[in-house]
Amino acid sequence: MKHDKKLEVTAIENGTVIDHIPAASLFKIIDILRLDKETHRITFGTNMESKRMGTKAIIKINDRYCAPEEINRIALVAPNAVVNIIEDYAVTKKLQVEVPDEIRGFAKCANPKCITNHEQMGTAFKVVRGVDGRGEPSLKCCYCEKVTYLDQLQIIK
Amino acid sequence: MTDKSLISITDFSREEILRIMELAAEFERDSSQQTLQGKIVASLFFEPSTRTRLSFESAANRLGASVIGFSEPGNTSVTKGESFHDTIMTVANYSDIIVMRTNLEGAPRYASEISRVPIVNAGDGANQHPTQTLLDLYSILKTQNRLDGISIMLVGDLKYGRTVHSLIQALAEFGARFTLVAPRELELPQEYKDFLHERGLTFVETTEIGQEIGNVDIVYMTRVQRERFSDTMEYERVKNVYVLRNEMLAGTRPNLRILHPLPRVNEIAVDVDSNPKAYYFEQTENGVYVRMAIMSYLLGLK
Repeated sequence: MKHDKKLEVTAIENGTVIDHIPAASLFKIIDILRLDKETHRITFGTNMESKRMGTKAIIKINDRYCAPEEINRIALVAPNAVVNIIEDYAVTKKLQVEVPDEIRGFAKCANPKCITNHEQMGTAFKVVRGVDGRGEPSLKCCYCEKVTYLDQLQIIK
Repeated sequence: MTDKSLISITDFSREEILRIMELAAEFERDSSQQTLQGKIVASLFFEPSTRTRLSFESAANRLGASVIGFSEPGNTSVTKGESFHDTIMTVANYSDIIVMRTNLEGAPRYASEISRVPIVNAGDGANQHPTQTLLDLYSILKTQNRLDGISIMLVGDLKYGRTVHSLIQALAEFGARFTLVAPRELELPQEYKDFLHERGLTFVETTEIGQEIGNVDIVYMTRVQRERFSDTMEYERVKNVYVLRNEMLAGTRPNLRILHPLPRVNEIAVDVDSNPKAYYFEQTENGVYVRMAIMSYLLGLK
């Protein structure tokens, strides 16, 4: 049997490559960026080898450039993700994601008695640190004022 | 002069809290000021609460306002499946200010975003009840002649008691010293302890009322409810530990006053009622003046 030296995922000509995603967060990111509704050609790879992370996931979106505020939404579940902007097969920009101070619209409040879980309305959270005792970011609901921890995080579809 | 809502006690600055105290005292001196003459107060109680509703409606009537609304959601559009959003949009067109009690948490905040008239939160689930906090503060001010540097003992359910959480947040602005008395299962949540630490405020935690009652200006009692315990044996063991009896008040400070948000069940023995240090019924009267002050202030009429 012949072994071809091949890239695990083929390179793209133009578009966005999101790298260094924890493998477990891939499907959350698909929901956050609503990639399931996309019509562009997208390649997903998961459980790939990573020297830094053990296993990682990667997303390649052809012909679409994600805005930084869109990208920063994924920082909650992929704090070390790197976003590469590709033009003519070359990386023209490398962006490190940053956890925003405020999050609107895609996270679900974990409090079943919160108004946002009973009305057709958007959610809004302030990102707070330290409340989980581990220094990880958590989401404080702007409505019910309760905290949703990252391990409870659900994405509104 | 303002046109804002009161949803959470943290919406009010220290100056605004003091302004409400000033106005409440003014209404207490003369409760017949028709500040809200010709105004309509909507009182929407999506969850029943006799005491709070009557206190608000009494305050509105004293101010010369008319009151519309409902005391429970039965027989209203809510039971026909109307959204909360649509109810608020409609009622905002019928009134000048909306007072609401909801079981859903955060509903008053949402209402304040969509309503063109001010919203007063009269309690949203386990979240906030800012008018109770302001009347607690007014009761403290009236009985102690100051809000700064009060020594206060909070007793009972410090975990779920929203009045306790809001009062701690408010008193922290005034540098209080806290004694927290609760069973292990119902102790103050970590976020509030962190809040006190951050502000450099001291607090003592204990599981019994004990001798410390001799060193405080205010005892704030709350009810320990059976349904809060995962272990009913534990409830049986502690239920009598958090009952205040008259003999426990011997040797306490002369300025000590006992507060309770009410309703009381058995956590204050009835023999305390005749002690001059019992203040919980006067506290309810203060609630009317404070709510008069809040509505007048939010409408920019005072």
